[in-house]
Amino acid sequence: MNEAQLYGVCGAGLVGIGLYGAILGRSTLRRLLAFNLVGSGVFLIFGAIARRGGLAGGAQSDPVPQALVITGLVVAFAATALAVALLIRLATVAHEAASAAATPGSTDDPSTPATASQGRGERGPGHVGAGHS
Amino acid sequence: MTLLNAIDPWLAGPRSAELLFPTLALPVLGLLLAPLLGARWARLLALASLVVGLVLALACTAALVAADAPLVYALGGWAAPLGVELRLDGPAALMLLLTAVLLLLIGLHAAGEFSVRAAGRRATLAFWTLLLGVWAGLDGLFLGRDLFNLYVAIEVLTFSAVPMVCLKGHAAQFQAAFQYLLFALLGSALYLLGAGLMLGVHGTLDIAQIRVALDAVATHPPDIGGDARAATLAAVALMSTGLLAKTALMPLHLWLPPAHGGAPAPASAVLSALVVKGSFFLLFRLWLDLVPDLPQLHVGLLLGGLGVFAILLGNLMALMQARLKLLVAYSTLAQIGYLFLLFPLASGASGGPAATAALIQVVSHALAKASLFLLAGRILVAFGHDRLPALDGFGRAMPATLLVILMAGLALVGLPPSGGYLVKSLYASAAADLGAWWWPPALELGGLLSAAYLARILSIALSPAPASGTGTGAAAGGGHILRAPITGLAAPALLAVCALLLGLLPPALFSVMDVARPGMGSATAVAGVMLSALTPSGFWRSAGPVLTVALVVVLFHSAGESAWGRRIASIGRGVAGFEGWLRQWRTAGALLLLFLLIQVWTSIG
Repeated sequence: MNEAQLYGVCGAGLVGIGLYGAILGRSTLRRLLAFNLVGSGVFLIFGAIARRGGLAGGAQSDPVPQALVITGLVVAFAATALAVALLIRLATVAHEAASAAATPGSTDDPSTPATASQGRGERGPGHVGAGHS
Repeated sequence: MTLLNAIDPWLAGPRSAELLFPTLALPVLGLLLAPLLGARWARLLALASLVVGLVLALACTAALVAADAPLVYALGGWAAPLGVELRLDGPAALMLLLTAVLLLLIGLHAAGEFSVRAAGRRATLAFWTLLLGVWAGLDGLFLGRDLFNLYVAIEVLTFSAVPMVCLKGHAAQFQAAFQYLLFALLGSALYLLGAGLMLGVHGTLDIAQIRVALDAVATHPPDIGGDARAATLAAVALMSTGLLAKTALMPLHLWLPPAHGGAPAPASAVLSALVVKGSFFLLFRLWLDLVPDLPQLHVGLLLGGLGVFAILLGNLMALMQARLKLLVAYSTLAQIGYLFLLFPLASGASGGPAATAALIQVVSHALAKASLFLLAGRILVAFGHDRLPALDGFGRAMPATLLVILMAGLALVGLPPSGGYLVKSLYASAAADLGAWWWPPALELGGLLSAAYLARILSIALSPAPASGTGTGAAAGGGHILRAPITGLAAPALLAVCALLLGLLPPALFSVMDVARPGMGSATAVAGVMLSALTPSGFWRSAGPVLTVALVVVLFHSAGESAWGRRIASIGRGVAGFEGWLRQWRTAGALLLLFLLIQVWTSIG
């Protein structure tokens, strides 16, 4: 096994761990981190492909996959930032709603989608509490 | 004349490919400028650039037809694989036009709702910026030919679409948006992994160059070429699975109903009509343009089977929804299913009549669904809610709105001469050519189920309002209905009429989507289908069953409580429970991996 293969296998392992966490993770934040692990695995595989392509062409590494990884990192960073912003807003809104529900006389907003009513097992992303506790 | 002479080199001459650059640059520039200009000017900027974009899309299409060959523009003069090439062919031109028309109409419709005065600075700026972002992502998807650039385009699309879900800032909307984002991100990780493998196998990410390499592999002895071929197909399976998650093909649809049902109406229209079509268009490119021998692979059976599953379950769930917007969202899930019959029914080098059918389905569903979501928003504004059991008699209060709902609904049901009819008959002729008789009955059944939920809306709309004024529904009483201005009906009506009369367009117009796709023959296929549609017997063959189903539903609805009703309701609860289980995060995640394995296995094995 040469080093490109070693890194490729490591990347595949990271993708596997990340997928496990993203699908079975209990809290939303944990799922988000698991997605980042999948992303890291994919970028490592890109690195292995760069090394492999470079060795085949007689160079140290192929610059094209490395350039792609940089773009991919930016995209993954933006995705994580957006997701964290959503989580923070969700926690704030849920907190406000909880304190509003504590005061009597508040009514439900009619335009709030009531998806839970027809999906019995639906729990939604939920468990935000684990994220910021 | 001088003006025509001046623009002639771009329309029909050697410089026509240069049109592709502003087509992509315009939305991107708008996206960058909108936050700088602020909320007050963002609306004007978005609408003005959409008008210019529509003109550009028309010019691109004219240039494409004049050239009768794909337009290729290398940004900065750098050729593929290192440079970014923009390439316009028939289907891409169709999508560019559709996107520009729809975004402009939805934008005009939403101009009142998303103004600083009505929605506040924050939501206004966000909506118009995100609209430009969706447009930029879609144009990038349609014009791109490089798998990595397509990845970036689809991420721009996703990142613009997700915040659209939570413009109003309710907790449930944030939850829906987060779930949408996270599932879409899992999909893009799989896509990126596939693109990486492709780069490792072929050393290029350009779709055309990979195709050439694959065609060369086919001539090698199998023991040399076999590995490259298997690795390519595994990579395509990875990308395809990722895109299935983003297209929300049932049962990978957990994010779509809450997201599309909870977003503001114009945003739902954009998401449902255009955003899910972006990832489908990429699937179209992958399986038809990149993979040389889709008809020989069994993977089409999986995708087509999931499509039929989506048609049946989506329509059933739509029939049972208690909220109008969720009903429309589930109908989107069913209509997405129609798109995927392309894969088992594709034939020849460029897909044959099935490819024509899938592209017409994209157009027809986009028109009808945008109209339906805008109308659902209108009802939501008028009554303050969209709970169907409490909307009794809304058709008496808003007859024009009901009429447009029916027109858009009939286009989805597929009565001639609507786009839906073209889709069903083109698929049927493709299935007849292949001898695959088992696909068309599923389409017919889906159409009848759509007729059933349309009839349910109709019977609710026309039923007499509850006699005792409990204040729950009482639409016909008209006490607290907010009168929406009639101008708000213009865009939905225009969209619905277009969807309903799509089949009456001269068949020659459909040949636009054949450019650079040899042997697709859209114009002759459409002409052949429409020839038999408008005879009385042909019309009644499609309209008869639809009317029967509608009548049964209306009678059933007016009969009230009965033993049959309770039995059907208990079956319905079972189906809804199953669908709710499918929408759990873990189920969807496990199914995602399962479909990945099946796709790898069926395409390599």
